[in-house]
Amino acid sequence: MPLLTLTDRGLYCEPGDFYVDPWEPVDRAVITHSHGDHATWGSRAYLTSEPGIGVLQARLDPTAKIRGVRYGEAVSLNGVTISLHPAGHILGSSQVRLVHRGEVWVVSGDYKTDPDPTCTPFEPVRCHTFITESTFGLPIYRWPPQAEVFAEINSWWRFNASVGKTSMLYGYTLGKAQRLIAGLDPSIGPILTHGAVERMTATYRQAGISLPTTHYAGTAERRADSSDAIVIAPPHASGSTWTRRFGTQSTGFASGWMLVRGARRRRALDRGFPLSDHVDWPSLLQVIEATGAAEVWVTHGFTGPVVRWLKEHRVAARAVQTRFEGERDDEIVEGIEEAKLGS
Amino acid sequence: MRLFARLFTAIDETNATHEKVAALVAYFRGAPPSDAAWAVHFLIGRRPKRLVGSRKLAAWASVEAGLPEWLFDESYQAVGDLAETITLILPADGVSSELPLSRWVEERLLRLRGEDDDVQREVMLRSWRELDRRERFVWNKLITGSFRVGASQRLVIRALAEVSGVDEGVIAHRLMGDWEPTAEFFQRLLAPDTRDADLSRPYPFFLAHPLEGEPAALGQAGEWIAEWKWDGIRAQFIRRAGKTFLWSRGEELLAGRFPEVEEIGALLPDGTVIDGELLPWSDGKPLPFAQLQRRIGRKNLGRKILEDIPAVLIAYDLLEEGGRDIRSHPLSQRRERLSSLVGTVASAGRLLLSLSLPFTTWEDLGDARRAAREVGAEGLMLKRLSSGYGVGRRRGDWWKWKVDPLTVDAVLIYAQGGSGKRAGLFTDYTFGIWEGNHLVPFAKAYSGLSDEEIRRVDQFIRRNTLEKFGPVRTVKPELVFELHFEGIQPSTRHKSGIAVRFPRMARWRTDKKPEDADTIETVRALLKSVTREEQT
Ligand SMILES: [Zn+2]
Ligand SMILES: [Zn+2]
Repeated sequence: MPLLTLTDRGLYCEPGDFYVDPWEPVDRAVITHSHGDHATWGSRAYLTSEPGIGVLQARLDPTAKIRGVRYGEAVSLNGVTISLHPAGHILGSSQVRLVHRGEVWVVSGDYKTDPDPTCTPFEPVRCHTFITESTFGLPIYRWPPQAEVFAEINSWWRFNASVGKTSMLYGYTLGKAQRLIAGLDPSIGPILTHGAVERMTATYRQAGISLPTTHYAGTAERRADSSDAIVIAPPHASGSTWTRRFGTQSTGFASGWMLVRGARRRRALDRGFPLSDHVDWPSLLQVIEATGAAEVWVTHGFTGPVVRWLKEHRVAARAVQTRFEGERDDEIVEGIEEAKLGS
Repeated sequence: MRLFARLFTAIDETNATHEKVAALVAYFRGAPPSDAAWAVHFLIGRRPKRLVGSRKLAAWASVEAGLPEWLFDESYQAVGDLAETITLILPADGVSSELPLSRWVEERLLRLRGEDDDVQREVMLRSWRELDRRERFVWNKLITGSFRVGASQRLVIRALAEVSGVDEGVIAHRLMGDWEPTAEFFQRLLAPDTRDADLSRPYPFFLAHPLEGEPAALGQAGEWIAEWKWDGIRAQFIRRAGKTFLWSRGEELLAGRFPEVEEIGALLPDGTVIDGELLPWSDGKPLPFAQLQRRIGRKNLGRKILEDIPAVLIAYDLLEEGGRDIRSHPLSQRRERLSSLVGTVASAGRLLLSLSLPFTTWEDLGDARRAAREVGAEGLMLKRLSSGYGVGRRRGDWWKWKVDPLTVDAVLIYAQGGSGKRAGLFTDYTFGIWEGNHLVPFAKAYSGLSDEEIRRVDQFIRRNTLEKFGPVRTVKPELVFELHFEGIQPSTRHKSGIAVRFPRMARWRTDKKPEDADTIETVRALLKSVTREEQT
């Protein structure tokens, strides 16, 4: 019997009697990271990485019972050894490694291999069976060097500031916003934040991540002068009345989806910055190879093409459905979540 | 190519009209005229005929990228645009190219025509390797002939007017008709001397805005005329220096397509330009538009088809008289002249004056509008008697007042990805109506929804796909839409036995369940009532 099986509540480990990223409340949940499509409210007990406790607590209800373990530290649950390893996706994100009777499984959660100053870098983990995400599992997705993307963001901001336009930069509240803030050049002007972003950024700081100074953009009426500022806000704020207080503006969105022109134009944005917290196509294939896995389960994204590619390259592979099925799930899920959080 | 790609990027990276125009102005000022001419050519949407098939482009790009073709196809599905898909999968960028646009077009792009596959492949691979990512995208767009970049013809005209100091109307006129994108052309385009009427050149068409609400808001009924709004081919009829030219609104020269109409040219004085509508016409009334389509579809117009589907030009307006541009004269005067001119060729029966419908109050006109379908018209045109003949679509003086559309509630059953701005989204839908327990495909529509609605429908489709057939998905029949359309006809080519004209989604009926949608019986009844109207 496989160590993990897919049930209607998510990936279940029968010998250990726990779930990984369940989508319904369960007794014991091991959480890869705090995004809404991975961390669901209402379980009895959570296990996550130590650096991720703060953000998980912020996303669940404050009384949720969360246990943190250091990266690499082994814990045992009913004879199954569990350890968490950095996934490089957002603060505290982990790959879950399970060992039972000599068999090693790894659940990747979401991950990226590009460096990110706001979280521990990804470490490849060897295993027999690897369960990988495939959000950007098509060869059109190849990230430009991130130094280039940040240089573009900063020069866009600098130009806007020089012509008296506020730079509205949209990115997901948890992870993307902090990574953006870390990469901005504070000498250009003030960095303002939407309330949801400001709260999450404070949680990052409490976890010891050092970030440039930010100012909460407030709920007050139109600011006297924000024309040299950059405003970091969640995507759902785009086009809302909240944005009007900032006067003339240029709009940008930071996301891997922005690599495709149509995705940007649909949102009627001025600029799209292809900055992703997921692996691109070449990195996805490299990581799969580095795990040495004999079998690969593909989930969460372009499962079909990735499975077919692996099979054509003689890797045993199968697609695993998640509740959030479809090609742009991450965006949809995070978008829905942002909308729910409102604020 | 670098400058042109930069222009493209500048236009593409802003939503502000004045910034787009500023980028165009800067380009037209700085670029060599031979490049600027090609830039104008592409930006206003002209394009060379498809030079290389998409299948071939996809295959060469896949090989260059080391990918199997199925994976190219999957990628194309996600991107929705061939030029962009190729750009995104090709291996690392080449260096940027200094070679000017005109040489890229003349020495490479146009040379592709008629070459065998090996040569074409060689040119494409060499070009991709020489260009950086942005330039590659622009190049691929030129090759695939779908160069629309968010700078409308209007913006290009505005920028050219700013660069030259010449009136926008003159620029628009100079851009009509046949021209070659050469340096000389670009210089003529900007020339301050505006007496340059090329023999064949038509005037820009003046278009009406749809009237929403009641005409009473237009003021005094006595200041307006009303005509039938016909559903044919809007055209300009030109007679100059002993030659006749017939242009469609799509700026296509209709030479030889309507010989019986062109014959009238010989009876008209030189320096005459008439705006009108080509219609299939028999026994004093129009034939269904489908008849005209049959005729347009023919390579050779035999005597039989000319007899079966004779065409006329319904004359709406007179734009040039005795070689003089009279577009600024009031409509009342232009119509008077038009009327006497048409009178001189009345016996030929091929040029008919558009009727001015009698009415004294706006209420009278409401009755006329309701009768439109009976005479085979789409509704009414309302024109202010004092109006000049303008350029493009403007609010104020000309309005189209269409008859209320026909409507049917139908269920979304198939979906397909869109292209361009709608790339990567499911935006093209097929709708079904009930025949017993089955939904038969009834109409296709892809316009009418807001961006927000499109996104929601797209998400629904992704989560409720039943099967995939290539790019088409069958969808759980759950969403109901109110479709509007302009005409309905029996058809042997459609499963439902019915064909509709200009279907669009008027409303997403979230209040209706699929079982509330219309049935084939109700739609047949609608068809019957409409054809009955047409027969009386
Ligand atoms: Zn995530
Ligand atoms: Zn995720």
